[in-house]
Amino acid sequence: MRIPCPYCGWRDAQEFAYLGDATVERPDPAAADAPARFHDYVYLRENPAGPHSELWRHSAGCRQWLAVRRDTTTHEIIAAEFVRGRGARR
Amino acid sequence: MSRLRQGGLIDRSRPLSFSFDGRSLAGFAGDTLASALIANDVALVGRSFKYHRPRGIFSAGSEEPNALVELGAGARREPNTRATTVELYDGLIAASQNRWPSLAFDLFAINALLSPLLGAGFYYKTFMWPAKAWEKIYEPAIRRAAGLGRASLEPDPDAYEKAHAFCDVLVIGAGPAGLMAARASARAGARVILADEDFLLGGRLNAERCEVDGEAGSAFAANAVAELASLPNVRVFSRTTVFGVYDSGIYGALERVGDHLAEPLAYAPRQRLWRIVAKRAVLAAGATERPIVFGGNDRPGVMAAQAVQTYLNRFAAMPARQIALFANNDSAWRVGLDIARAGGEVAAIIDIRRAVAPTLTEEARRLGVRILLGGQVVSTSGKRLRSIKVATEKGVERLSVDGLAISGGFSPNLHLAGHHGGRPAWKDDIAAFVPGRAPPGLLVAGAAAGRFGLAACLADGVEKGAMAARDLGFHRKPDAPPRAEDEAAAVEPFWRVGASRGAAFVDFQNDVTAKDVQIAHAEGFRAVEHLKRYTTLGMATDQGKTSNVTGLAIMAALAGRSIAETGATTFRPPYTPVAIAAFAGHHRGKDFRPTRPTPTHAWAERQGAVFVETGLWLRAQYFPRAGERDWLESVTREVKATRASVGLIDASTFGKIDLQGRDVGAFLDRVYINTFSTLPIGKVRYGIMLREDGFVMDDGTTARLGETHYLMTTTTANAAKIYQHLEFCLQKLWPELDVKLTSVTEQWAQIALAGPNARRVLRAVIDAGVDLSNDALPYMGAREATVMGGVKARLFRVSFSGELGYEIAVPARHGEALANALMEAGRGYDIAPYGVEALSVMRIEKGHVSGPELNGQTTARDLGFGRLASAKKHYIGRVMADRPALRDPARPSLAGFKPVDRVSRLRAGAHFTALGKPAAIEHDEGHMTSVAFSPSLGHWIGLGLLARGSERIGERMRACDPVRGGDVEVEICSPVFVDPDGERLRV
Repeated sequence: MRIPCPYCGWRDAQEFAYLGDATVERPDPAAADAPARFHDYVYLRENPAGPHSELWRHSAGCRQWLAVRRDTTTHEIIAAEFVRGRGARR
Repeated sequence: MSRLRQGGLIDRSRPLSFSFDGRSLAGFAGDTLASALIANDVALVGRSFKYHRPRGIFSAGSEEPNALVELGAGARREPNTRATTVELYDGLIAASQNRWPSLAFDLFAINALLSPLLGAGFYYKTFMWPAKAWEKIYEPAIRRAAGLGRASLEPDPDAYEKAHAFCDVLVIGAGPAGLMAARASARAGARVILADEDFLLGGRLNAERCEVDGEAGSAFAANAVAELASLPNVRVFSRTTVFGVYDSGIYGALERVGDHLAEPLAYAPRQRLWRIVAKRAVLAAGATERPIVFGGNDRPGVMAAQAVQTYLNRFAAMPARQIALFANNDSAWRVGLDIARAGGEVAAIIDIRRAVAPTLTEEARRLGVRILLGGQVVSTSGKRLRSIKVATEKGVERLSVDGLAISGGFSPNLHLAGHHGGRPAWKDDIAAFVPGRAPPGLLVAGAAAGRFGLAACLADGVEKGAMAARDLGFHRKPDAPPRAEDEAAAVEPFWRVGASRGAAFVDFQNDVTAKDVQIAHAEGFRAVEHLKRYTTLGMATDQGKTSNVTGLAIMAALAGRSIAETGATTFRPPYTPVAIAAFAGHHRGKDFRPTRPTPTHAWAERQGAVFVETGLWLRAQYFPRAGERDWLESVTREVKATRASVGLIDASTFGKIDLQGRDVGAFLDRVYINTFSTLPIGKVRYGIMLREDGFVMDDGTTARLGETHYLMTTTTANAAKIYQHLEFCLQKLWPELDVKLTSVTEQWAQIALAGPNARRVLRAVIDAGVDLSNDALPYMGAREATVMGGVKARLFRVSFSGELGYEIAVPARHGEALANALMEAGRGYDIAPYGVEALSVMRIEKGHVSGPELNGQTTARDLGFGRLASAKKHYIGRVMADRPALRDPARPSLAGFKPVDRVSRLRAGAHFTALGKPAAIEHDEGHMTSVAFSPSLGHWIGLGLLARGSERIGERMRACDPVRGGDVEVEICSPVFVDPDGERLRV
């Protein structure tokens, strides 16, 4: 499998480390229902058959964390972008 | 000799000698082992897998099911090598397999007489009981009788390597379609890789008498290959099998770099595993001829018709003296005509069809070849084929022949097109499966796509090659395809002679007969995947290249379904077997994974260190001295020397992460349970990190080197994981923070110097002007300095041992010099280098947690760090660590243990039960995590996790270790055994 790193271009998946679902967002720890929301954040994951957004780190390259859109049924890589938002400092 | 006097694509000026079963034989450069055996009139080459039936050469390619031999000798002996793909070299040694005492007389041939008992499913039906007999009697007996070659038990002496290649268009197969596809893509400007498993490119152009653009097919192929090889944008890989299609246009290929040599060249590997990244690919892998199933169709002398044609035309070797042909299609007729034209004797062309194209029958008559239309071969005889019986409407006739060329039609080699799960589609008009949905970017051309005529193959190749290039933006009007004719290729589906006698084989390699397919049907294993697994049809190393379609066609007929309804089994990589060694490449033995020596490795070697692997690191375990009986004696001496005077250890393996930026303090507050933003410059603090689920992830010290500059240490084991975690936090969770971090583990050598004399020793190596006094650099202080006359250094007054200690970091290249300088400076203090064992003993004596306690199941509270956690800030893991079950005071928590009788040895892994309670799981109250013999106390001590452990100091428990027979009464105590108030640290 190959992943299009926004810095480094198309690179072999062996250069990347996988973490998992990129759609979950860390809850606000100060929220009143933080325990319940953190439970979901830590333990609950969708397992879709089809396009899915996943966290990959280009460990053997630019070391950036990416959100990679991958079709779990075909392994087609649809897109890859940095997880840090566009407005964030480089 | 059955070598023809002339012709063929062999080099008669280069004779080669080789041996088969000890017999010395001769061949030529350009031969395969199979063609050379045929030229030497060797018909019997092996015994079959299950019934030990005599077998000969069936095919002329990688689909070969029968002619498997042991190649080479000694450590290079390789079993189950297909003689049809082995390129002959001088001195080649080959031997037949699966026979005893000899190939001609094989005792296990008795299995053939037992064949009624050994049919499909015999494993499941026989040997049912007693169960114990399986392991001791049945399995060893079956293993001796069945199976094929013997592996060499010596280490593989050859080298293998892995490589990457990139191209626009990968063309798989260099027959007429492949050559044209490569040429069309290359002429359009695409970067092309052309790969073929053969050592001579051209495919069927080299095996058939044909004309392309007015020249002989083989000459046309040679010219096309020469043109491609001359182009700068083309790489031609011969002897290279593309064996798998993976994701994102990655193709696996095996290049046999040195297999055609007696030994690989000194500077080259034996085989090279390629990972080819191709934007587009054209599969032009041709087609495989199928046998017809009838009694005795496996006898030596029975051969695929196209194979006979290949041996005749390419290798100038006539496989038999009198040859009959038995077919259901036009292709076999051309084989018969080729034999007759070459001066061979064709006994008859037997065709199951009653009507055949007049062009073929007329030419056969003109050459004096007898024609038997509507005929079927019903049986054969002879150890090597002597005769066949043919049934026609006039009755049964016996023909004396020593060769029978059979053809049941052709199966496109569509395997790679199915590697992403696309199911093939059945086409009645050619009686074959053609590729269904191919992997993205893969086009299929020529015979592999079911286009069997030569002109059609050439034209399809040009079209697909141009199409692949055009897709990538290489526009060029393709040249007209070369001139050639499409041969007659009519076929009538026919699988099995119903009225035949004797074992009729479908899968030669696994000895699966038509009767086995019938048994599978009768017993309900009718789905193709069940048929395959119940009968083992297609599960041999040839993966059923010649047998799958026939087997499922017979099943379809039995079940009264069409072949399209029956469907095909799944194709998976590899297309042909690939040695594990090729996948391993360089990663063997000590190179299985990288070794990370520490910066002081050479110094430690000179000190006589015994090394231990910790992850990838190789660290000094202990430093034995003359007269010491065992490791424990050495370790005890190292601990005593350190605690009494001074010792040193390389601590470079701890992960070191450099953090800089305005928000580092705030960032550390969020990843550690305790506070770092308040840490003064020039100070070090111990910290604990949790995972988001609330359990402890790692611990370590972090120093503040400047207003915006921190240096973190992690445990050796978690260095990479923590670094990745911090990057995740910064990039995904808090991109607004101004923090930059990088790993500097490799950049700094760090030596821990410990013991009451540590300051005196350090003073000797530190440059003048650095104040080491307790006031200037107190416990948990940090500063920059220079050592050994100007070498940049960092000093951290930290201690894992519990003694007055410093860690001195210098750029990695100065690590060894620093170790030498400290040894020199410590000579007067009997300085002792110590290893990770002594380090571990001292940390257990001090009650410091390490890997066995940071086991992913412990909370900060379990380990006694509850008070470290700040209640004033949010940090990773805080919310989940607050779950009731994680706050349960009954959870196992850290405690110290000592044997009540003081002489017993403690064992890590022992479980705690109350005194008087049996050692059973329901009485389990925790376990011992770390133990050591304490030189300071003179007895064994342990750390452990015990339910309410920290509240039970003074109580006694059993520490049960049933695996090693240990059962020791222990006393619960504080986990800090030495210097509980930390006075020694602060002097």
